[in-house]
Amino acid sequence: MELLLQQILAGLATGGIYACMALAIVMIYQAIDHLNFAQGEMAMFSTFIAWQLLQWGLPYWAAFVLTIGISFIGGLLIERVVFKPIHDAPVLSHVVVFIALFAIINSAAGFIWDFTIKPFPTPFGTSPLFGSTLIGAHQGGMIAVTLLVLVFLYIFFRYTSVGLAMRAAAGNPESARLVGIRVGWMIALGWGMAAAIGAIAGMLIAPVVFLDPNMMLGILLYGFAGAVLGGLTSPGGAVIGGFAVGIMENLVGTYVPYVGSELKLPIALVIIVTVLVVKPGGLFGRVSVQRV
Amino acid sequence: MTALLEVRNLRASYGEVRALHGLDFAIEEGEVTTLLGANGAGKTTTLRALCGMIPTQGEVRFEGRPIRGWATEDVVRLGIAHVPEGRGTFVRLTVEENLQLGATARRDRGGVGDDLEQVYGYFPILKARRLQQAGTLSGGEQQMLAVGRALMLRPRLMLLDEPSFGLAPLIVREVFDILATINREHRVSMLLVEQNASLALGLADAAYLLETGRIVMSGPAREIRENESVRRSYLGY
Repeated sequence: MELLLQQILAGLATGGIYACMALAIVMIYQAIDHLNFAQGEMAMFSTFIAWQLLQWGLPYWAAFVLTIGISFIGGLLIERVVFKPIHDAPVLSHVVVFIALFAIINSAAGFIWDFTIKPFPTPFGTSPLFGSTLIGAHQGGMIAVTLLVLVFLYIFFRYTSVGLAMRAAAGNPESARLVGIRVGWMIALGWGMAAAIGAIAGMLIAPVVFLDPNMMLGILLYGFAGAVLGGLTSPGGAVIGGFAVGIMENLVGTYVPYVGSELKLPIALVIIVTVLVVKPGGLFGRVSVQRV
Repeated sequence: MTALLEVRNLRASYGEVRALHGLDFAIEEGEVTTLLGANGAGKTTTLRALCGMIPTQGEVRFEGRPIRGWATEDVVRLGIAHVPEGRGTFVRLTVEENLQLGATARRDRGGVGDDLEQVYGYFPILKARRLQQAGTLSGGEQQMLAVGRALMLRPRLMLLDEPSFGLAPLIVREVFDILATINREHRVSMLLVEQNASLALGLADAAYLLETGRIVMSGPAREIRENESVRRSYLGY
């Protein structure tokens, strides 16, 4: 029983990271209708920036906040410089650019910081949380920060005029222009926010998986699985999907013989394929209700 | 006196196909002007050309200022509200969010609340449905929402694309009565595109007749209505 609870809590902690990645993916998907394959590498690069800031002697939370800001601006710039010019290009052009971005960011990180695996600090410590045997302090911190991010995003999209404008621009760009929304900037803003969310996910997971240029490969796959499971058209669904994938990953790894930790990654692929075959819209994907 | 909107030799194409062959028309301040014509005459294209939604050549002046080639978002900021064909509501947002978005381009945030109440005054059904997803509204309600959203801009000029399209006759009457009220009380100028010519001529002060991308006739709405050939082709009596 304790093992089960332990695994579920650990699953929630990593699930929160998957939820963040899934959310970042969905935000960009909503804005430009394409999956950003480079999302994980962007997050990895942000984490390296945080590591560099820490090396230069900044306190953890200062580096944390600064990294989020830098990532936001970086995401914004990537949209303005790389994706705005190919906005009307066919899907394959986008795929190629995403893959190029993936390779460039990965190699750049290796070039600047080399490919050796580095430890990354946690601000929450490694001791058990409140003396509990169920969950570590860092895992507790991961869950808390993830929930804070989600609450912040919910309030932003639900109650601010910029959030409303972003939803309008994603839902119906042409009408958005007709009410005076600068749709291009809304898309850029979405990229910036996705990059910032990815940075948070990277910094939170780095103490667990260690820092190296390939650290986000598996994470992104789980993030995709979460997004597909919840539905690529539903930010809330993507979050729930991310958490569900985290828990499933841990439970299957623990209880299904032969899977163990070695075969955990294919779970993500199995989820993606199964959902796409059985329920392509995902669990919470929108079946739009419309009368004419 | 210069017209509110002045259009000279406006041309537009879809790829190789030329849709507008040099239109000249003007909209006087405070008046309702209607563009009549059959399917494919270029009515919708004209509206889209005016708000920079398609590439155009020629000259468009709003209050004497050349605005051709402006981005749609900037045209809207001049107070030109386009109610598109098929209404263009944000189907996944609530009715009230749709209306709030209509005020995006306004600088005076203060008056937005009052205007929201005013729109609800014109269309009480929207108030009853304010927290409902716009996509769940009936066609008539969506049309009211589209007009209401345009009003939230406090527009100088409204471009209305077939507001009667797909609506039951009673609803059409209601929508047109409210358009007349808006024009009278707030002196909002309108460019009305319609297939239903008798309806449009009833509301309009001036009319232009469009045929395959050319203006073939123009004049005060009263005279156009009396015109023998217009009556035969468009009014059907």
